[in-house]
Amino acid sequence: MDLKKRQSPEDPTSSSTFADDPSKYFFANQPFPNFDPFQQPLIEFCPPVDPLTDVKRPNQLDGTTPKSTHDSTSVQEWDVHTILNSLSLLEQKIHEVQNIVHSISPSDSHPTARSIEITAQKQQLVTANVTSIIIQLISTVGSLLPSVKSFVPSISSTSPLHEQLDSMKGSDSDEKVKCGGEIDPCSFTIEESEPIITIEDHEMKDCEDGGEGENLPPGSFEVLQLEKDEILAPHTHFCLICGKGFKRDANLRMHMRGHGDEYKTPAALAKPSKDTSSEAMLVKRYSCPFAGCKRNKDHKKFQPLKTILCVKNHYKRSHCDKSYTCSRCNSKKFSVIADLKTHEKHCGRDKWLCSCGTTFSRKDKLFGHITLFQGHMPALPPDETKGSGSSINGQNNEGSTDFDSSNGKKIIEEDQGYFSPLNFDACNFGVLQEFPRPAFEVGDNPFAFLTNGSSNFIRKCGDESLDDL
Amino acid sequence: MKKKQRPSETLTSPLETLPTSTLFEILDRLPLSDLKSVSLTSKTLLSVESSHRRTLRPLRPDLLPVALRRYPSASRLDLSLCPRVTDASLSSLPVSPSLAAVVLSPRSVGISRYGVAGLVDRCRNLVEIDLSDAAGVDDAAVAVIGRGCANLEALRLSRCVGVTDIGVAWVAVGCRRLKRLCLRWCVKVTDLGVGLVAAKCEEIRSLDLSYVQITEKCLPAVLRLRKLENLALVGCVGIDDEGLMALKQGCKSLETLDLSYCENVTHAGLSYLTNGCDRLCQLNLSYGSLVNNSLGNCLGKLSNLQSIRLDGSHVTCPGLMAIGTCGISLKELSLSKCSGVRDEGLCFLVEKHKDLVKLDITCCRSITYLSIASITTSCTSLTSLRMESCSLVSKEAFILIGQRCRFLEELDVTDNELDNEGLKAISRCLELTSLKIGICLNITDEGLIDVGTHCHKLQELDLYRCASITDSGVSAVANGCSRLQMINLAYCKEITDCSLRTLSECSDLSTLEIRGCVLVSSIGLSAIAVGCKLITKLDVKNCQDVDDVGMLSLARMSKNLRQINISYCSVTDVGLLALSSISCLQNMTILHISGVTPNGLAAALLACGGLTKVKLHSSFRSLFPRSFIDHIQARGCELHWRDKPFKFEEDPKIWRLHSRAEIRAV
Repeated sequence: MDLKKRQSPEDPTSSSTFADDPSKYFFANQPFPNFDPFQQPLIEFCPPVDPLTDVKRPNQLDGTTPKSTHDSTSVQEWDVHTILNSLSLLEQKIHEVQNIVHSISPSDSHPTARSIEITAQKQQLVTANVTSIIIQLISTVGSLLPSVKSFVPSISSTSPLHEQLDSMKGSDSDEKVKCGGEIDPCSFTIEESEPIITIEDHEMKDCEDGGEGENLPPGSFEVLQLEKDEILAPHTHFCLICGKGFKRDANLRMHMRGHGDEYKTPAALAKPSKDTSSEAMLVKRYSCPFAGCKRNKDHKKFQPLKTILCVKNHYKRSHCDKSYTCSRCNSKKFSVIADLKTHEKHCGRDKWLCSCGTTFSRKDKLFGHITLFQGHMPALPPDETKGSGSSINGQNNEGSTDFDSSNGKKIIEEDQGYFSPLNFDACNFGVLQEFPRPAFEVGDNPFAFLTNGSSNFIRKCGDESLDDL
Repeated sequence: MKKKQRPSETLTSPLETLPTSTLFEILDRLPLSDLKSVSLTSKTLLSVESSHRRTLRPLRPDLLPVALRRYPSASRLDLSLCPRVTDASLSSLPVSPSLAAVVLSPRSVGISRYGVAGLVDRCRNLVEIDLSDAAGVDDAAVAVIGRGCANLEALRLSRCVGVTDIGVAWVAVGCRRLKRLCLRWCVKVTDLGVGLVAAKCEEIRSLDLSYVQITEKCLPAVLRLRKLENLALVGCVGIDDEGLMALKQGCKSLETLDLSYCENVTHAGLSYLTNGCDRLCQLNLSYGSLVNNSLGNCLGKLSNLQSIRLDGSHVTCPGLMAIGTCGISLKELSLSKCSGVRDEGLCFLVEKHKDLVKLDITCCRSITYLSIASITTSCTSLTSLRMESCSLVSKEAFILIGQRCRFLEELDVTDNELDNEGLKAISRCLELTSLKIGICLNITDEGLIDVGTHCHKLQELDLYRCASITDSGVSAVANGCSRLQMINLAYCKEITDCSLRTLSECSDLSTLEIRGCVLVSSIGLSAIAVGCKLITKLDVKNCQDVDDVGMLSLARMSKNLRQINISYCSVTDVGLLALSSISCLQNMTILHISGVTPNGLAAALLACGGLTKVKLHSSFRSLFPRSFIDHIQARGCELHWRDKPFKFEEDPKIWRLHSRAEIRAV
């Protein structure tokens, strides 16, 4: 913390401005304006982009490093002129930010909708500028890095980025934030107490419901609670040099290779081993920050979440808007994109219909259903159902009464694996519709029977054919 | 006048005073041709015969309504002889509640759901439907059956390639009493449909899933069927050992199992599949995996096994020995076209299975006299022995067969070193009904006369390319074997009309092949036409002296003729047109007949409404208008165009050398 303060004069407003800012949520809802200075909307906000940021960007994007700054052989020869140049630019930048911050403060006294908007915009501008300053700073220092390695940890722990995050966590979680002494010299992770847990994405086993069965006695585990913004933050690992965010620690480490040869050593690239010495025995469980939720630690029947991923998915599914809509059916909505992808795999395809009206996305499920209930039959391809519409309906009624009476009557267990990989696709409706139309020689109107009551359509069409031939 | 006569007639005929049930008993014992005569005697007998007839096999579908009205108690309708069955013919059926079985195969190509609907609607009590080969039948058609035939017990859907799981599901749900189901070649059916049938139709006894794209996933449900007796899984390549290993229990009621062409099932999978099948007596493993020691041991666990077919498999000597020592007692064994069958293994095998009744060692080219000696010593109760093309077997072996296997009924020694001595010995097998000695070039009349004098029960005789045979031999056979039904004299070039005249005494003769008998003329053929009223198949290809006279006699006398080959004959338009008046005629081969003009041919094709298949020279194709060809095909007749050059026959010995050389090359 004291380290932080030492750096803060350069950016006097950052922590205070953001701590109790009403526009905090505005930022939170943005897809990370605060963390990723290179996102497109943000750049639009700061027209006076400083040339250094521009220069820097390609490096981050392609991960390569210009020899002039990072080549280890030429490290000892400082380009004094360049450093001075960038320092002066920094100074200029800080002045700019100061001006903007000054301009914000008077409008706070008359908060109108317009002024709030302007304020918000200005705050964004400040953030963007501050971030670019930080990056400039880091890159300047970074060019000196090989020779000033000992200073790096202090810089990393006092990064303004970290400060921002801290400020958003709110006061009560501050106590939990511990910056482990063994942080990777050039990167840091947002973590609760455990410095090197890798937060995986959806691929990791989604164990939101996994906590249900487990009956840990209360107190046998440590309950941690992440805040909303932290949960919704897409990136949890940030590059300390350029500030780029990553979902995974491994990706960050891959990225870091671009910042110099020292990150290419096997030790730097290796997966951080779990720290066994510190509190290895204490099980960690997570609490949902949403008050009243069963997964919230204050709930009477509190059921903890197992991992951070569980927290993320739980929070998105239960307490966020379902913003992803299925493009096929336009009705199903999801808040976790993986759920949408899973749904889209099956949506709209293979609508298997039973005579009782129940639809199934999979053919084996339909057949399992038919096996289970007496009198149920699969619906025929469309051209047939049109022809004998009423008889199908008749069976619908039959089927539904049957369904009620024989509910639960099991004929065989449903656990039979029905899926046949052989020609599943050949059996879907698309193929059924391609059936050649019957070569029925009724002459003028082969579908004359469609208009008749189809309960007697069989006789009807038979008679017609007899007359015609 | 008529009215006065009739009562007196009725009184005079003692037959008509008999009660109907007695008359039925009498009719039951009459042959088909006599039934027709009886029905023409009087009105009473006509009505009795009409109500007695149970099976109808009409030749033309347009007569169906009339036929069904005339025979009201007919329970079985077999349309397999009709050239074409369409939706219209099925929809024109009268309402026939007595009809229980309908066979539409193989003429069901043009049938769609509407025809099936018409049939099901009019015949409410159907128990058996054969819809095989109905390419137009789809799920909707099968659904009609499922909806309308609650009492259905047998359904054949072979090669109904339009049927999917959905259709099968309708049958499974609608026909709960199903006992026999054939889904052969229904390539769109999967595990789901089969699994559903097995779950819903608990009465199933016979299930044919050959060439269906199933895997082992539906097998647990199938094997859970308590009454399943026959299961055919031919060509189910989706089933493999790994899948079968998951099976917990085989089907206890299973009696026959056909696993031929299942390449992926070895002895390991078989042992899982047949686990607990104590009643299994027939097993077909043709064209499957290697027959080795392990398979033999696996078969030993099936205590009731009586018949094994291993056709076309590769057999090892230890494999045969293991089958020998496995403790079961086989009655039937087929090693036809197996590679790797040697004297050692076969001798050991037959010594252990002394009860063998049927043995097939066709094309086991490595076995010699030793094997035959061993077979004839051990298996004295053999009734059927097929050993075509066992070319290393010496002529002495056939003497042993004649001496020791006295109960032989069927013997196939085609393409062997059989000579007169051997044939004489074989002729002492008095039970022989079928004797095939084609391509045995050493046989002369001497041996054949012995066959004629002793084998009075002979029904089938194959003398294909026995070039030394002359009239005296054939006459001996014709005189001695009065029950002869089939005789093949193809390329016996010494044969003259004399043989045919004696053969015409065999009134049961239905198949006659005299292809390449150049000395035969229309006189002989006329004699056959007069004498053998039941003749159905006739091959007179390359008999250049057969001309219109022969055809005219056939047209007059042989009303049962179904199939004829008159290629290279001297027939003209007249003969061809005369032939076309035979209403039964279905199959004609007319190649290289110089006397036939396109117009005559077209007239013949138009006149013969029952034709299903005609082979023609492709030069005619361009001479017929397109619409004519379409019309003939629409009636149900397939036209096969051949473009073979005119060819003369070779000397039989040279031919044999050529054919052997070809076999060796293959």
